[in-house]
Amino acid sequence: MRIEARQQVEVWRIVLAPILAVLAALVLGAGLILWAGEAVFASYWALLKGALGSSFAINETLTRTTPLIFTGLAAAVAFRAKFYNIGAEGQLYCGALAATFFGTGLVGLPPFLMIPFLMLVGAIAGGAILIVPVLLKTHMKVDEVVTTLLLNFVILLLVGYLLEGPWKDPMSLGWPQAAPIVDEGIWPPLLAKGRLHLGFVFALIAAALAWALMRFTVWGYEIRAVGLNASAAGFAGIGVNATVIRTALISGGLAGLAGVSEVAGLKGYLTLDLSPGFGYAGIAVAMLAQLHPLGVILSAFFISAVYVGADAMSRTTDIPTYIADVLVGLSVLTILVSVMLTRYRIRWS
Amino acid sequence: MIGDLLEILLTAGFWAATIRIVSPLILGTLGELICERAGVLNLGIEGIMTMGAMAGWMWVYQGGDLWGGIVFAAFIGALFGMFHAGFTVYLGLSQHVTGIGITLFASSLSYYVFRMLLPTATTPPKITPFQPFAVPVLSDIPVIGEALFTQTPLTYLALLSVPAVWYVLERTPLGLAVRMAGENPVAVESQGIDVLVVRTGAVMVGSAFMAIGGAFITMSAFDAFYFGMINGRGWICVALVIFASWRPGKALLGALLFAGLDALQVRAQQLAGAQIPYQFFLMAPYLLSIAAMVVMARRARYPKALLVPFRRGDRV
Amino acid sequence: MTVKTGDVTPLLSFRGVTKRFGPLTANDAISLDLKAGEVLALLGENGAGKTTLMNILFGHYMADEGAILIDGNPLPRGSTDAAIHAGIGMVHQHFTLAENLTVLENITLGTEPLFSWRRNIRAAREKISSMAVEFGLDADPDKLVGELSVGERQRVEILKALYRDARILILDEPTAVLTPQESDSLFQTLKKLTARGLAVIFISHKLNEILSHTDRVVVLRRGKVAGTVKTSDADRAGLARMMVGEEVKRPTAEAMEPGAPVVRLAAVSCKAGSEAQSLKSVSLEIRAHEIVGLAGVAGNGQRTLASLLSGLAVADSGDVEILGAPGTDDPTALVARGVARIPEDRHATGVVGEMPLWENIISEERRSAEIARAGIVIDKGRALERTRNLIKEFDIRCEGPEAETRLLSGGNMQKLILARVLSRGPRFILANQPVRGLDEGAIAYVQRRLLEARKEGAGILLISEDLDELFALSDRIAVMYHGHLSPARPASELTVGEVGLMMSGQGAEAA
Repeated sequence: MRIEARQQVEVWRIVLAPILAVLAALVLGAGLILWAGEAVFASYWALLKGALGSSFAINETLTRTTPLIFTGLAAAVAFRAKFYNIGAEGQLYCGALAATFFGTGLVGLPPFLMIPFLMLVGAIAGGAILIVPVLLKTHMKVDEVVTTLLLNFVILLLVGYLLEGPWKDPMSLGWPQAAPIVDEGIWPPLLAKGRLHLGFVFALIAAALAWALMRFTVWGYEIRAVGLNASAAGFAGIGVNATVIRTALISGGLAGLAGVSEVAGLKGYLTLDLSPGFGYAGIAVAMLAQLHPLGVILSAFFISAVYVGADAMSRTTDIPTYIADVLVGLSVLTILVSVMLTRYRIRWS
Repeated sequence: MIGDLLEILLTAGFWAATIRIVSPLILGTLGELICERAGVLNLGIEGIMTMGAMAGWMWVYQGGDLWGGIVFAAFIGALFGMFHAGFTVYLGLSQHVTGIGITLFASSLSYYVFRMLLPTATTPPKITPFQPFAVPVLSDIPVIGEALFTQTPLTYLALLSVPAVWYVLERTPLGLAVRMAGENPVAVESQGIDVLVVRTGAVMVGSAFMAIGGAFITMSAFDAFYFGMINGRGWICVALVIFASWRPGKALLGALLFAGLDALQVRAQQLAGAQIPYQFFLMAPYLLSIAAMVVMARRARYPKALLVPFRRGDRV
Repeated sequence: MTVKTGDVTPLLSFRGVTKRFGPLTANDAISLDLKAGEVLALLGENGAGKTTLMNILFGHYMADEGAILIDGNPLPRGSTDAAIHAGIGMVHQHFTLAENLTVLENITLGTEPLFSWRRNIRAAREKISSMAVEFGLDADPDKLVGELSVGERQRVEILKALYRDARILILDEPTAVLTPQESDSLFQTLKKLTARGLAVIFISHKLNEILSHTDRVVVLRRGKVAGTVKTSDADRAGLARMMVGEEVKRPTAEAMEPGAPVVRLAAVSCKAGSEAQSLKSVSLEIRAHEIVGLAGVAGNGQRTLASLLSGLAVADSGDVEILGAPGTDDPTALVARGVARIPEDRHATGVVGEMPLWENIISEERRSAEIARAGIVIDKGRALERTRNLIKEFDIRCEGPEAETRLLSGGNMQKLILARVLSRGPRFILANQPVRGLDEGAIAYVQRRLLEARKEGAGILLISEDLDELFALSDRIAVMYHGHLSPARPASELTVGEVGLMMSGQGAEAA
């Protein structure tokens, strides 16, 4: 077996890569469906219908797409600089914590100021928690993957403590949840029916801004250069550490926004099960998008559809809902291979 | 308070608990260490440990015997190690992202399989786990005997694998090839040895260790499989490898230190439960792991070719 | 020694070996023979396919067509193991040693069955010691390779091959990293080895060495055999013609009066990764209209000096003055001052291969008022226009400013770097190994550009391991050894032998 770099990377290959990756994941997942004794096409059809079969389903899928766009962007921006931030889950909760801290009565502002204010503090909190891992990476060469992962556990325990202790809402009848966000901070729904809220629009705007940042600005140039060849970037005068730190803060901020979105847009208050792993799924979102911020919108929609659809599918079949997580995990692996095949060709001899 | 803590340190129960906690950690750490000495970071560890915990337990639950369960867990671990190696060694893909992908895939697959085989279980079903085995004579030594020599056979296996891994790495031709693959893969190839095979083998063996570490938790420490029960132990092992500077002996020391603090933490929780919320005690292992990496980071002597893929026939 | 002729089966023969990399044919139907006890020179300029051919022989690469015969039997393709067992040993240009392991471990890897209970360390130590005595290749088996000098590492590489009973020894540009004196001792060793019937394939592009130390010369040009001659029948001019085709004239420096100093180092010390690379009280002055050549074996502090002058680091003590201001660790500030930097390794630090040409052209000026509007948004239109102009001016062969930079050939990549740094009319140029790995045409081009810049008033520091190049271009030459720098002396007053002695730490007092 020999691996050769392609001379040209055609656009159609880049477009085809995620499609092939998804198909491959679905084919592999089909084995598990067969094992459950269900028909493959009927099951996937049920999944599709559960995700997109009704206006309610579409509404639900878009609602779930919202945090995935934020966490997907968090991973996409960071991975461009080869800063492997796997802590979006924890940063999401940090954003939610900040929104809860400031948004449950501490600060009183009219809605047009309160909403951006909560977003700002959420983003700052998400970025702030990354300061330790990123400084450890830039100054002591400590691998950021392990530190960001470990911090996820720490943050979740902190949230647990706050919700069972000082922040516990006395009105919650014993459930560990925080006081509700004040009305001025709540993101209005987009449609009369369903849970879809303004956060979806914010997510789209964030994706567009991230795209513009990466594509047109000096910062984006520096992030890409550092990720592709840090030593050449440093030689050209790009502050490699400064760029990585800046990227980390942007990434953490985006993940923090996902938390604000869930608290202020969807639930209205902080709970321990605010995120069913949006932070980790964001990695799959970013990879499927090949780290392209606009692609993140599409791949977040796809991943969301898998989750929402799998819930519906498991209600009508004997397939456990974990099929969704399996498909997401598989797609991280299949996209790696299919993207590689856009740049390289494998020769068997 | 301080006096109470010191008292804990002198009880055999504390040391026995330390040894129990250290067993899965040392297995996972050795597994990661083997992979990294060959030049491959294996972040699939968390998922592979979950898979091992589920597979070994399920084997026994379905009527197999305990040692068969361990072998089965090791086999499954090696299988996922083969996936990881296929991606990172043969295709040269990002070791970071592949590892995370393997973890996401392996843990969700474990849960899927568990639910498939036990669709309606609400209270987790139990198996009869490994029982403590008192080593004759040695277990009669006060304190040490109870702490070290009344453990389950799996713990003895974990402790013995430390010198075994050290010996293989340092004293056998195979170990030399593994170490060289982690330092300079071209040097391995130019001596007529297939780097890809050496690395793949190391990752598979290392992953088997990880899976046995996971199986320890469901088959020796507890008797049931819960969701999320690995709970970051895999990541802690990755941190311990750095703390140990990639040396098996130091890995044991680091893991012991870590497990001791963890055992102390559990007991201190009971002492100080009223004043300090339990969550802060539970945070300790994760914060300790970060601290451990920071302490050793400056002195760490990474295998030079860690994270560097090797492609045959590359133009140099 | 006598070279037997007649129809004896040759020890080794290539039969029509062809190797392609994408659109490039690196080896085109190459056939040649090698006899026992013979030293065969493989001569050719960079990129002629010498190393590729040897990598095929040693099993690193698989040939697309053709066969290799050892004693008349075909050699399995693409297996280093098979090559070693057939008696082939290779000393790579970039040594294949693990620095964190011992000499003994490096040598014995792969010599014992992988699945055995223990390594026989004692027997190996004895064998290495006896070989060291026998061939004059002394090496301490228990030392870490990382602690050895370049010359010692090369000896370990040769021992590695001999330990496995090599009958054919491939040496890929072995003298490129050695001082002239170390080279001589290498040739002594080779003589001992060939006297025992060992055959040697000696890769080089240095005509002098080939004429005095080999039996037969095979010349490669653009992947093809351009000719085979007995060394005794060969002469410089003929070989050069065969190697390059029509002769490319390298430029020569015209005499020029130096101007005001552009760089001044006074008693500069700077710690680096290893003792030998740390600068110890280095003093140097470079003036306008002047090229100062810096000679030295790799790893003697050149890299540290280069990073001081590239704005990547600042000195621990002493004065660094670059174009009238102190040294800095901000490359952007240095570039703005009028410094041009040509890095040692094009691929690793010169360019970002996956970025298009235009993004590499603007890399040093991405934040300048001209390129970045309001310091934020990159003016792609202007960057493209500039890149188009530079592609024309510097004759960069490419598919256009938006093509990926990694696709450029070595020469064109170096032209891209020259275009980036020279187009701004620099007053000081740091040229670190500017022609390494280039073919003759590109070498002449780069050298001409440097000489033009000198004429226009730039002061240049030329760091090179190639003494011929240094003597051809430099006004003055200084030598680095273990972080010490000899005073720069006019090139006309020095000889290659003298500089060589200084490179190995001797004769420094005489300088």
